[in-house]
Amino acid sequence: MTPKPTVHDYTAVIVGAGGAGLYAALELARNNIKTAVLTKLYPTRSHTGAAQGGICAALGNLEEDHPDWHMYDTVKGGDYLVDQDAAEILAREAIETVIELEHMGLPFNRTPEGKIDQRRFGGHTRNFGEGPVRRACFAADRTGHMILQTLYQQCIKHGVEFFDEYHVVDLLRDEAPGGETRGVVAYRIADGEMHVFRSSAVMFATGGFGRMFKITSNAFALTGDGVAMCYRRGVPAQDMEFYQFHPTGIVGIGILLSEAARGEGGVLRNDSGERFMEKYAPTLMDLAPRDMVSRAMYMEIREGRGIGGKDFLHLDLTHLGRKVIDEKLPDITEFARVYQGVEPITQPVPVTPTAHYAMGGIPTNTDARVVGDEKNTVVPGLYAAGECACVSVHGANRLGTNSLVDILVFGRRAGLSIAADLAGAGELPALPADAAEQVTGELERMRTRPRGENAHKIRVELSEMMMDRCGVFRTADGLKQLTLELRDLHGRFANVRVNDRGKVFNTDLLEAREVGYLLDCAEATVAGALARTESRGAHFREDYPERNDTDWLKHSLAFRAEGGPDIRYKPVTITRFEPKPRTY
Amino acid sequence: MQVDLRVLRYDPERDKKPHWERYSVESEPMDRVLDVLHRVKWDHDGSLTFRRSCAHGVCGSDAMMINGRNRLACKIRVDQLGRKISVAPLPGMPVIKDLVVDMDDFFAKYRSVMPYLVNDEPPPERERLQSPEDRERYDDSTKCILCAACTSACPSFWAQSSYVGPAAIVNAHRFIFDSRDDAAHERLEILADEDGVWRCRTIFNCVDACPRGINITQAILEVSSAIVDRPS
Repeated sequence: MTPKPTVHDYTAVIVGAGGAGLYAALELARNNIKTAVLTKLYPTRSHTGAAQGGICAALGNLEEDHPDWHMYDTVKGGDYLVDQDAAEILAREAIETVIELEHMGLPFNRTPEGKIDQRRFGGHTRNFGEGPVRRACFAADRTGHMILQTLYQQCIKHGVEFFDEYHVVDLLRDEAPGGETRGVVAYRIADGEMHVFRSSAVMFATGGFGRMFKITSNAFALTGDGVAMCYRRGVPAQDMEFYQFHPTGIVGIGILLSEAARGEGGVLRNDSGERFMEKYAPTLMDLAPRDMVSRAMYMEIREGRGIGGKDFLHLDLTHLGRKVIDEKLPDITEFARVYQGVEPITQPVPVTPTAHYAMGGIPTNTDARVVGDEKNTVVPGLYAAGECACVSVHGANRLGTNSLVDILVFGRRAGLSIAADLAGAGELPALPADAAEQVTGELERMRTRPRGENAHKIRVELSEMMMDRCGVFRTADGLKQLTLELRDLHGRFANVRVNDRGKVFNTDLLEAREVGYLLDCAEATVAGALARTESRGAHFREDYPERNDTDWLKHSLAFRAEGGPDIRYKPVTITRFEPKPRTY
Repeated sequence: MQVDLRVLRYDPERDKKPHWERYSVESEPMDRVLDVLHRVKWDHDGSLTFRRSCAHGVCGSDAMMINGRNRLACKIRVDQLGRKISVAPLPGMPVIKDLVVDMDDFFAKYRSVMPYLVNDEPPPERERLQSPEDRERYDDSTKCILCAACTSACPSFWAQSSYVGPAAIVNAHRFIFDSRDDAAHERLEILADEDGVWRCRTIFNCVDACPRGINITQAILEVSSAIVDRPS
């Protein structure tokens, strides 16, 4: 007999307090909608705060720029898998959201005239690909930190109600098509008590799942909770095979050195000092999109041109000078000093690609409403935005800074959609008496099982096999092997036991729970990658190295099923830009 | 190399009071203390409890007292500390379990200083203009990640826990000196209280503790001067 959970009633519930969750919460507060924001961290610990380089918006403060150019770059950068209606919204509303952030107090760097300063970033060009453009608005190299702080500050000002260190562990919904959303179950970390939040509107803004890979820029908290909880409750996961590796991670630990380093003029060099990106992307060179740069780096390493013949390359900032580095790249150069013992003003920094961003996730329409099938049928009461969602504005490969644009534009749209849908809404949904029972049982068995598997070991094995066989390069053989290995890990996971048997702040238990989410995300990722017999954006199949628009210009949807995911497809929305070969 | 790690542990479900536990941990010189803690948690004792998330010094989760000074566990390396490493929760704050402290009071004080831009003028269609010099004026205090290393290192806070503390003052400074903000006067009134800036004794522990390198004492002095100079 499990103790009865505490029940809270809220008109809307937001899970996750990064940029997307906070922007939505702010819109709901402005509309006087009773909202609970739940986070397993504190809001200011969210991974939005780790974003460094900037947020693109075609303000044109330093040179001519247009939202159309931003839209085009986004579509081309995503290797034409981008839904173009979404990209158009992204590029257009980027401008008003950046201006609104400035009005909220965000301390952008300034031009001599006092306008928001802008710099170059990978894949962002003038006049449909002619050359780099200064589009990324920035606050030194802590733009994400300033966005997170500013939104949290405004939420405080508007009295948003936060439930800090409440770990959401289940989504309550009627899984029949058209079924209603009823709320979430949360585990209060401080004392291990279960809480049910009853609500007819639930928004997920839980971020990505980079922790499924061994080398990642992602925080420990990024374990795909929202994607997996929806997947377990009948919502598909979209385009999961597209996972971005960022070119410049710190060797061995994956911490990110922002693309802003190359935006300010930094270059990548191989063992002979050659600026090798000249060969792979003659126009944009080091500022080509991330998928291309990461692949080029692996090619250099494979052909023996890594530094000292090893598996890393150099990011050279030495020609930029102390002033530029101190004023515009202070944080990331400090990362190099602290974590590598390298002085970037005088020494090149060793770098290697690092798992960074999920283009896929919970499928939504452009109003951040979750859609549950190939016909884009709306799931009533369910919303998602940010990295956990797939609109899709990033297609097969996200451009630098567009993650911040995404969380703001679609986080805000989620808030507006929830407010619109709730206008005139009546009573809260009925809640079954045993709403929390399933997940409570799962957690209790893990906590009290006398013998069993070690969750941490499973996570390490998962992250190594995903890195090896589902990283930058993929083959049918590797993915088939991985499918079997994942099935085995799932089996072992069903018998996990944790070491900490207590109720108070049991992070051992929650880390184990998170491994289960990672396994689900990995299962969908591998199934999508094995099925897609082409190469597009970040998904590169060595056995199918070309893009194939005839058969594969479509989004994948992974539905959870016995014996492995059921993969279905839906069309890409193409409005203005027909697919063309992608050269830079 | 083997590191001799001592951790001040406390589990309210088992222990009457905190006690030290020792672990011998195999480490590399470039390992972060966070790596060492993880090795204990993952390989020896899953019940060792601490907060962490980003693991590179930007989220502020893993502030703790390391060899007697407040540090982020993810931003200090083994080779900076030597073979003997002792880790304890942030001093002066209620301990929930092991290295996890109760942050409620810390965040309540942060919220008390109006840590948000106030400007009731209708905004222009585009950005408000701000010169690079005006932007630079409050740059240092925008770096704060609310890790609580400074406040919990402050002897004035240990002596008088109602003191609003350096972190809250830094976050007030961030807006008081922002040319776009209109509520400096209200914030200065709040900080002129007996639990405000006057409890600072310029001991500089906060500056030593700050993982972001903020000149906190300078910020507090600037706020104090602004209180003295404010029109009555």
